[in-house]
Amino acid sequence: MIRHDMNTDDERIRRLLKEALPPTSDHPKAKLQRDLWPATLRRLDQTSVAVPWFDWALLAAVVAWLAIFPRAIPVLLYHL
Amino acid sequence: MPALEQPRDLLQRFAHGDVDAFEALFRQHQGEVYRWIVRIVRDPAAAEDLTVETFWRIHRAHARYDPSRSFEAWARRIASNAALDHLRSRPRETELPDDLVQNLPQSEQPDPGISQELRRKTARAFGRLPPKLRIAATLALIEEQPYHEIAEGLGISTGAVKLRVFRAVRILRKTLQRQGIEP
Repeated sequence: MIRHDMNTDDERIRRLLKEALPPTSDHPKAKLQRDLWPATLRRLDQTSVAVPWFDWALLAAVVAWLAIFPRAIPVLLYHL
Repeated sequence: MPALEQPRDLLQRFAHGDVDAFEALFRQHQGEVYRWIVRIVRDPAAAEDLTVETFWRIHRAHARYDPSRSFEAWARRIASNAALDHLRSRPRETELPDDLVQNLPQSEQPDPGISQELRRKTARAFGRLPPKLRIAATLALIEEQPYHEIAEGLGISTGAVKLRVFRAVRILRKTLQRQGIEP
């Protein structure tokens, strides 16, 4: 009986939800209206020039190190 | 793409970073990925942006893809995560379902026993659920997707999906009861 009541309650909530927010399944806007490949290509191009944050951190550390120990510059250039 | 190319070859080429293979997979799956996302976020414009975001993530993760496994299921999981991030990024107070409802289908034959005010309150209460619970409840209760498909798309077990739906219903019922509505 309790289980039956719970199912009935859940069914009422489900029905209420579907009234408030009808399913998108058969709606025309639920189907893709245009090709998204050009937008995806643009997104890929934008990120191809992005530098990860740890590269910037490494560069900052090297610059700081050279500022503190300027005599290390020739050593660094020698090893490059 | 060669006419006789086998899907497995395509998946392997994609996993090795072949852009043509990625484009072929994109064209095969963009519609399905979009439909999956629009069911979750219920906003066509946001769903388009998230489809692009999903394929960007897919491209970025190509080396981690196992060609012996389903590309579609993998893409759905990535799409679900992108949609979840989108829902999390929006403060719940500003998630006014009225904004979403206008982009969505209205009930073709509304139940006369359910007032417009009750619909609005229900939609608003639903929009305030935690995103993980809302996604599971949207897919299970509103879109009526099979539990095993939801589980696969979210990368969790069927039991976990049922638990999330149960918790969503419980919270929703309590929220409505606090407003004097007996669902």
